[in-house]
Amino acid sequence: MSKNYFKVIRSGINTTFQDEGRNNLYHIGIPFSGAMDNRNFYISNKLVGNNLNMPVMEFAYQGPLLKYYGDKINFAITGDVKFVIKKNESIIEGNCYESYSIEDGDEIDIMSTNRSVYGYFSINAKFDLKLQWGSYSINTKANIGSNNGRKINNDQEIHIIEINSHKTKKKLNYINTKIDKIRVIEGTNFNYFSETTKKNLFENEFIVSKLSDRMGMRLEGPKIENIVDTNITSEGLIKGVIQVPADGNPIIMLSDHGTIGGYPKIAVVISADYDKLVQLSPGSKMKFQKIELTDAENLFKLYEMETQNLISQIL
Amino acid sequence: MIKNISNLGDTALYCDFGNQINKEINSSVIRYYKSLKELKIDGINNLTPSYNKLIISYDLKKTNFLKIKKKVEEITINQEENLSKKKIKIPVCCDENFSLDINRLEKKLKLNKEEILDNFFNKEYFCYMTGFIAGMPFLGDLDKNMRVKRLETPRVKVPKGSVGLTEQFANIYTFESPGGWNIIGNTPLKIFDNTKEQEPNLINPGDIIIFNRINLDQYNEQKLF
Repeated sequence: MSKNYFKVIRSGINTTFQDEGRNNLYHIGIPFSGAMDNRNFYISNKLVGNNLNMPVMEFAYQGPLLKYYGDKINFAITGDVKFVIKKNESIIEGNCYESYSIEDGDEIDIMSTNRSVYGYFSINAKFDLKLQWGSYSINTKANIGSNNGRKINNDQEIHIIEINSHKTKKKLNYINTKIDKIRVIEGTNFNYFSETTKKNLFENEFIVSKLSDRMGMRLEGPKIENIVDTNITSEGLIKGVIQVPADGNPIIMLSDHGTIGGYPKIAVVISADYDKLVQLSPGSKMKFQKIELTDAENLFKLYEMETQNLISQIL
Repeated sequence: MIKNISNLGDTALYCDFGNQINKEINSSVIRYYKSLKELKIDGINNLTPSYNKLIISYDLKKTNFLKIKKKVEEITINQEENLSKKKIKIPVCCDENFSLDINRLEKKLKLNKEEILDNFFNKEYFCYMTGFIAGMPFLGDLDKNMRVKRLETPRVKVPKGSVGLTEQFANIYTFESPGGWNIIGNTPLKIFDNTKEQEPNLINPGDIIIFNRINLDQYNEQKLF
């Protein structure tokens, strides 16, 4: 057992370890998983001098309260997160996109994600975790990944190893902007839907339902009217697919989605908008905008360049 | 060559092999899936074969739709070649605690329990695909007189190991999960073993499955391993 560890005093709502996710297992029913918001995941690693694909702690809504025991380390939090660091008698308000050092006995209280969903907690060391099928990412539905595939629990100890030498404070001037327009490409069953519904899909607002998690995001809004068949022969799904079941309320597949589905696919969210989509909290309003495949590919290139640019600003 | 390739979003190829569900079309899907898996084309990061579709996912950081489409179109497959079919025996116990929907099956099929089980056991089923939840196999075909619709109200929790029937298919619940299939029995075998580093799932697309009837004592004995 290593001597550096966090004691989980409060686990938070859905706290897991995530990295880029695991490939090549769709055919047996295992999705990519991985960090929901990739940009914030990469930035969190860079802020503590890690390789960009190191596993970090992902939390949703309310994060964990952690007490640290061990040698001095650095940590960083990304997203739009309210947190404090408790040292002896003093309480320091923390800022996202800035690294802090902590020592034996200090506490980090990650209170909440502000009008967003996911945040990331990284350290300049390795969490002592077990790799499964090429990734540390936890899929709590199938109990796959590190921590026995389960979310982090109260009273758990999280051991850390191999503290790296990046001790200097790092900071990035970045505001995690929100978007309410989500761009999509036509789905493979776009023609299953009436002209009025297609018009509604791109003109009306939808509201993110409370029934949303790492598997999927349910939306409420104008009912989507199917004029062909409310079922299709079951076939593969990918993240971002918008399925419409018989009740007419769309569901967007997210990173831990079931790999096969039998509902028509009306549209697919473009990769460039995925990080922003997952940050829309229940009650948020959004609109869909239809674009073409080549535009989606170009927008992703731009988004990636922007991410790389942010990462390179962190020295 | 796959005739009908379109895009699914900006990270996947949607290969359409038709609308029918039969072994011939599905075998064609599986042949493409298997050769793509072996070829390990740079940029492809997932393959999802199903009854009559193959979804090929790729990393948009490394490639794009047209590049991957071209590579996939260049592949030639010998459609005559037989798929190597592994035969797997699956023991199933139909004790009353396990065959949760036997009364419904009797009523809907107008057959008694023994007639249903006689028909179900000791014949070959083909694995069309695996997925939905990790390792769940979709097996077919059930005889025409054995086909029922799914439950009107799905169960919130179907026990792990349950063997279910719907339409022309049988499946096995690899985890406790919600589900609407008619449960005929339960297998003590681990169909999906997430402690295995290699091949965690016992059944793969293209495999042949034979269900063997076992009694409760045999079930309990086999469950230990």
